[in-house]
Amino acid sequence: MTLQQVQAQSYTFDELALESGEKLGPITIAYETYGKLNSDKSNALLVLHPLSGDAHAAGENGWWTNLIGSGKAIDTDRYFVVCSNVLGGCKGSTGPSSINPKTGKPYGIDFPLITIGDIVNAQHQLIDHLRIEKLLAVIGGSMGGMQVLQWMVSYPKRIRSAIPIATTMKHTPQQIAFNEVARQAIIADPDWRSGNYYDHSIPTKGLAIARMIGHITYMSDASMAEKFGRKFRSDKALFKFGADFEVEGYLHNRGDNFVRRFDANSYLYITKAIDYFNILNGHSLCDIFRGLHAKVLVIAFKSDWLYPTYQSQEIVKACKLSGVDASYCEVNSTYGHDSFLLETVLEGQLISNFLLSVTNGKGQGA
Amino acid sequence: MANNFDFRLFDSWIGKGASVLDLGCGDGALLAHLASQKQVRAQGIELDEQAIIRCVAKGLSVFQQDIDTGLSEYADGSFDYVILNQTLQQVKKPAFVLQEALRVGKKVIVGIPNFAHYKVRTNIFFKGRVPITVALPFQWFDTPNLHFLSVNDFRDYCKKNVTIECSFFRADARQVKLLPNLMAEYGYFLLSKT
Repeated sequence: MTLQQVQAQSYTFDELALESGEKLGPITIAYETYGKLNSDKSNALLVLHPLSGDAHAAGENGWWTNLIGSGKAIDTDRYFVVCSNVLGGCKGSTGPSSINPKTGKPYGIDFPLITIGDIVNAQHQLIDHLRIEKLLAVIGGSMGGMQVLQWMVSYPKRIRSAIPIATTMKHTPQQIAFNEVARQAIIADPDWRSGNYYDHSIPTKGLAIARMIGHITYMSDASMAEKFGRKFRSDKALFKFGADFEVEGYLHNRGDNFVRRFDANSYLYITKAIDYFNILNGHSLCDIFRGLHAKVLVIAFKSDWLYPTYQSQEIVKACKLSGVDASYCEVNSTYGHDSFLLETVLEGQLISNFLLSVTNGKGQGA
Repeated sequence: MANNFDFRLFDSWIGKGASVLDLGCGDGALLAHLASQKQVRAQGIELDEQAIIRCVAKGLSVFQQDIDTGLSEYADGSFDYVILNQTLQQVKKPAFVLQEALRVGKKVIVGIPNFAHYKVRTNIFFKGRVPITVALPFQWFDTPNLHFLSVNDFRDYCKKNVTIECSFFRADARQVKLLPNLMAEYGYFLLSKT
């Protein structure tokens, strides 16, 4: 992809009524677009990022650059792709590290609690601003997949298709438990200072540990064995409990890199939003997607134990019970939850075939 | 493994605008044909990843699922037709799968390879080897077929609690009207619950 096609932009609007009842504003949403919007605005895709992602999905170092670009599965010669940083994030969108207009200082933990619903409502404002009446597709994995499900429920008339990947209709106790350990690692770091660390040193230790826990859950027994085995690092640490094994070195490295690009408070707020996520919210599987006329493609990965395939099958079951035109594929991959970022050949074929069939109006109701 | 001959037969059995569930739909060729020619509301179930990718390209609604585990998420009689074309002999529990198909579908269409075709018989009798024919093209060590049955075996099985409303037999691209258990490579049955 040529760099001219990547457009980093932002949109600011006055206020958003949050699901908690609080009001937050002004809100800035950072976003990037790739490709060109066609004259009837029928080729727009919204790509939704996972927990640690941002608006930079494609181009150099883009988190989904394997899938998005000229001639790739999400072909920017054909589609106009929008990806925005979530509300509560730290890469240009309003979040706890943004300046609170009331105090002139970063919000810190004065930032209100947000939900996946709030995140999607903010995206909806952006799509209105871009004057896109109907998105060709909303696509995302993990937390991005939760946003896809939220779009299917909150704005069914604004989407022609949806691709939730490696995700769940509600966070389970095991998933909440891992997030809670990550949060407690941040909170236990003395540098966290109850969230008011912006004028001081940041809680690097806590955030790095949080990221290490995350990475363990993103991989699989098989992918770790293949990647690291029981190999020792060449620059072996000299003290007793240093990082001897390669897997330890890898986790330290991932943790250390993460603290340079992510805000600890954002991590707290976004993981909470994920934990609160329950798209059913009192509804039954039979009626949650009733009235949705979009085509749905659900993708899961066999080795994903963080978001096991049964959770994707639940989404499929809800689609079947609501009479939604859906498809389901369980990709055979050993990468664990990370498969949705790494196993991009098969995933890409599925996505590109599906998008073409939606574009051409193939299948039911055509 | 549907061919043009199958397409014409299914066209004649399935009404316009019907709802159809194809168990073991492969690359979705039959379903795509029925969707375009008979405007059926089509769904497929398939195990193979590559086949699913090709179904998705055809715009079909397809689910990766093992039909041996049943069809519990489908209500009774939720489809006009459930198809088991060249599938029943490949599942682990054919009796259970057929029972589930009859529960979910108002009618069930079963297509099977006939193990009592005369070429199969002569192969075994004169050569003493497991036959490899058009309908049974696999070596013993890599065949997906777990069960071998004849037209008469299937008819006998149906006597218990299934009604055969229609049947059709063919060898290659010819219809077989005489002695199907001997002359047909394939048998097709339109079934309903007794």
